[in-house]
Amino acid sequence: MSKVEPGRTKEEEHLEFEGMDISGHWNRMFEQRVIWEHDTSMLDKVTSLAGAESLGFCYQCGKCTPACPVDLVGDYSPRKIFRKTQTGIDLFTSPDLWLCTTCMNCLRVCPKEVNMISIMPAVREVAVAEGNVPPELQKAFENTFNHGNPLGEPARKRADWVADAGVPVTILPKEKRPVDVLFYVECYWSYHPRGKDAARALARTMVALGVDWGILGHEEKCSCDSQRLAGEKGLFEMIAEQNIATLGKYEFKRMVTSDPHAYNAFRNEYPKLGAEYPVQHYTQFLAPLMGSLPWKRKLDYKVTFHDPCYLGRHNGEYDAPREMIQQIPGLEFIEMFRCKENGYCCGGGGGGMWLDSFTANHTSERLSERRVKEAIETGAEMLVVCCPYEVSRFEDAVKSTGNEGKLLVRDVIELVDEALQ
Amino acid sequence: MHIAVVLKQVPDLVEELEIDSGGKDIDRSSVKMKLNEFDDHALEQAVLLKEASGAKVTVVAVAAAGIDQALYAAKARGADAALKVDAGGDLLDSRRAASAIAEAIKQLQPDLVLTGVQAADDLFGQTAPYLAAALGWPHVSVVSGVEVAGAKVKVHQEYAGGRMASLELDLPAVLGVQAAPKPPRYVPVSKLRQAMASGALETVSVAPADELSGVAVTALAKPETGRGAEMLAGSAAEVAEKIAALLGERRLVRA
Amino acid sequence: MGDVLVYVETSGGRVAPISFELLGAARTLAAGLGGEVEALLAGGGDLASQLGAADTVIQVEHPALSPYVPEAHVAVLAEAIRTRNPQVVLVGNTSVGIDLAAGAAAATGRPLVSYCLGLEADGGAVVARSQLYGGKITATTRTEVPAVFAVVAGSFPEAAGRSGGKGGRATMEPPTALSSLRTRFLSASEPGGEGVDITKAERLVSVGRGIGGPENLELAEELAKALGAEIGASRPVCDSGWLPKTRQVGKSGMTVKPKLYFAVGISGAPEHLEGMRDSELIVAINSDANAPIFKVAHYGTTCDLFDLLPALTERLKAKAG
Repeated sequence: MSKVEPGRTKEEEHLEFEGMDISGHWNRMFEQRVIWEHDTSMLDKVTSLAGAESLGFCYQCGKCTPACPVDLVGDYSPRKIFRKTQTGIDLFTSPDLWLCTTCMNCLRVCPKEVNMISIMPAVREVAVAEGNVPPELQKAFENTFNHGNPLGEPARKRADWVADAGVPVTILPKEKRPVDVLFYVECYWSYHPRGKDAARALARTMVALGVDWGILGHEEKCSCDSQRLAGEKGLFEMIAEQNIATLGKYEFKRMVTSDPHAYNAFRNEYPKLGAEYPVQHYTQFLAPLMGSLPWKRKLDYKVTFHDPCYLGRHNGEYDAPREMIQQIPGLEFIEMFRCKENGYCCGGGGGGMWLDSFTANHTSERLSERRVKEAIETGAEMLVVCCPYEVSRFEDAVKSTGNEGKLLVRDVIELVDEALQ
Repeated sequence: MHIAVVLKQVPDLVEELEIDSGGKDIDRSSVKMKLNEFDDHALEQAVLLKEASGAKVTVVAVAAAGIDQALYAAKARGADAALKVDAGGDLLDSRRAASAIAEAIKQLQPDLVLTGVQAADDLFGQTAPYLAAALGWPHVSVVSGVEVAGAKVKVHQEYAGGRMASLELDLPAVLGVQAAPKPPRYVPVSKLRQAMASGALETVSVAPADELSGVAVTALAKPETGRGAEMLAGSAAEVAEKIAALLGERRLVRA
Repeated sequence: MGDVLVYVETSGGRVAPISFELLGAARTLAAGLGGEVEALLAGGGDLASQLGAADTVIQVEHPALSPYVPEAHVAVLAEAIRTRNPQVVLVGNTSVGIDLAAGAAAATGRPLVSYCLGLEADGGAVVARSQLYGGKITATTRTEVPAVFAVVAGSFPEAAGRSGGKGGRATMEPPTALSSLRTRFLSASEPGGEGVDITKAERLVSVGRGIGGPENLELAEELAKALGAEIGASRPVCDSGWLPKTRQVGKSGMTVKPKLYFAVGISGAPEHLEGMRDSELIVAINSDANAPIFKVAHYGTTCDLFDLLPALTERLKAKAG
């Protein structure tokens, strides 16, 4: 279209031609209109934060949208977040800020490496500093600060689960000695009833294997990885310093933990604070030892398995839990469609564990509800997990989707224990 | 306008409380202290007033183990200054603590004093009325709404049955806060750490008040579990059945 | 002379129930101390006729005494203590009492013991049982008279405080402080809202913090419907705005005495128990086996309320249908 030259136009106030009104003011509608500028201040507010620059790399290809677990139950993806902030939505006060679970499926497929795992915590930190925190999450932060765990349980009771384990467990503050393995129990295995079931199963398995191990008992505090991703880096650092000091009091050759989030923290974040420990997730520790367990019975279950985001996508471990399942006698294993790298998040990561009341108002159903339906579709009667967040999330989802009795949820260690009885 | 907020720490009730060997106090070695919930609301109310009208907020507390963190947290929340009152003892009862605080308040000369309406351990009376009596200022407790207008303050007082009254006081005055208009805001740990690095807390020494003679705690005990509820156990379906049965027995539902 | 002075609290033009409790307690204490019962009625007008349990009703009239303004009543109570010199002063541990007790005790240099559940004369002293730490600890104190005691509502029977006194009258000059008050009454409001009166409900399903959030109220509402019950709530639930204050049960809410009280996710802080402990049948659901609610409940369970509520609702619907 040729550019209109103002000096060579003539504008008549009123002009009629063959019955048509072609008065001067109509001409303006056919002038070339170019938007030279639009207000990118909301987008800049995000990309100017250290760690959140990559949101600006997005070129709207949309590969992330089908990968994002939240889009299936809402309207969400990094591409959409970019577009919304570009058009003026303030991410710092938007509910969108709290829907991301940092599952990383987007980063896995993004050609421009828009990194939500880095962007979300950076923006959340600013929002938290300004007092914009959903109340349930605020409570989790306060509980962690006051009691060393997000559940708000007394620190003194952290090792109470040991009493009913049926086997002796070395609690290092009480029985200080060097051990081979320091087992980091973490909060949900210490306090949640279903977590305690798994912790006891693990204790019995360790004894059956003759492992030289101990736990920190009431001196153990949350690894705070999820709190870090939910916007409380200060809390993470403070508790990490305390944990590092506590760990420094004891002698151990390596760490093994129940929790992929703790695994992620010790493997990837604590070294940044100067503390490096050889660390494994308990499935990595146990998988090679499965052959030496004295199995007593076959478990006649058809099972499927859910990959925890922080063991799988974030830290590359998909095989160890599967090896364990293969070696437990009797289990028939069926893979879910969305598995391994493409696994579908349970909704607990990135603070999601403490945002259910919030996300319920912004999604059509919970991610965990979506996932249990997928598990049932495989024809399996049992969903096997290996992250402490998951048993309670999936058991709740089984009930809330009206599938009670159709799907059992077990931690893989509970199956190991069952087959040893 | 200068607002003073009086804070204290109380045992965190999430813990099991045990009686110590002497039988007259709780076992403090195993107890975790936290900021009195109502003082937290008083602080939030003060910060809201500061945000609305630019007041200066000073938090005041009797020096006791662990109080420093509460004072720094208050600064991180928005208090401009913090003052520790050293009255020579660690565990002053509420009445003696109030008298010590009153001395510090007289030095500070604020226009308004806010504190929580009550605390879990103020057996010998609540702080707000004692402060008011010591200072000779008017006071209202069980307050859930504070508006400052010049040299006066307007408050809502709550009574049983949901009734409320609106009262006006001439400043200076003391208020016992039940609830701030908004729940106490979150202070990120990074801000708390910043506050803690900002320097030592100011302390003022006051002469401790004499213990009131003639009154003594003779024993502390956990309430007898004696009568207590008959506990129903089982799965949800089983317990539901049991409850439905006992309701039917009493003709509260159709049997 | 072991006189016992009771501060008579009034509300809405009537004598508050706590005052009758205190008068009943005063009669027993006065007998133990060898004295009489005096009732202080400030600005109460003709309510004196209801105070038959007192041996003397001391009336003080002044325009500043009604409507209630704390500063005025503290001044009157302190003046009454100075002029009548009672050995024991009883005040209710209520919103009004919290305004008065400590102020009057400080003004007259007398000890004060709060949160009292029980009082007994013991020679020249009073032994009091008080609740502390959210009801988790009972403290026993021994205080030499003269002293002031703030008594929690529901600790003594009202019936004992309706009659038995000599019925004498006296007047007291209002203290001069009443003409230079720095507190003024502006307005009062009765609870508005949907006009629900939970005190008239025969059955109540009451929810506490344990319900988790307003989105879960549905569960309780379904159960209430199946039971033909009204919904009640503890203070934190109303403070958070999940339910209106008209549904609040407890010290700063309503006192209820229904045939059936279901306490769901309520821990049982003393302020709540005050409002419902006289219910005929109390069933409590709380995940903490040590929750104080189980001390007043007749039946209890630690079953998860999110499982139990729907299960019970189903069960009741099945029975009805």
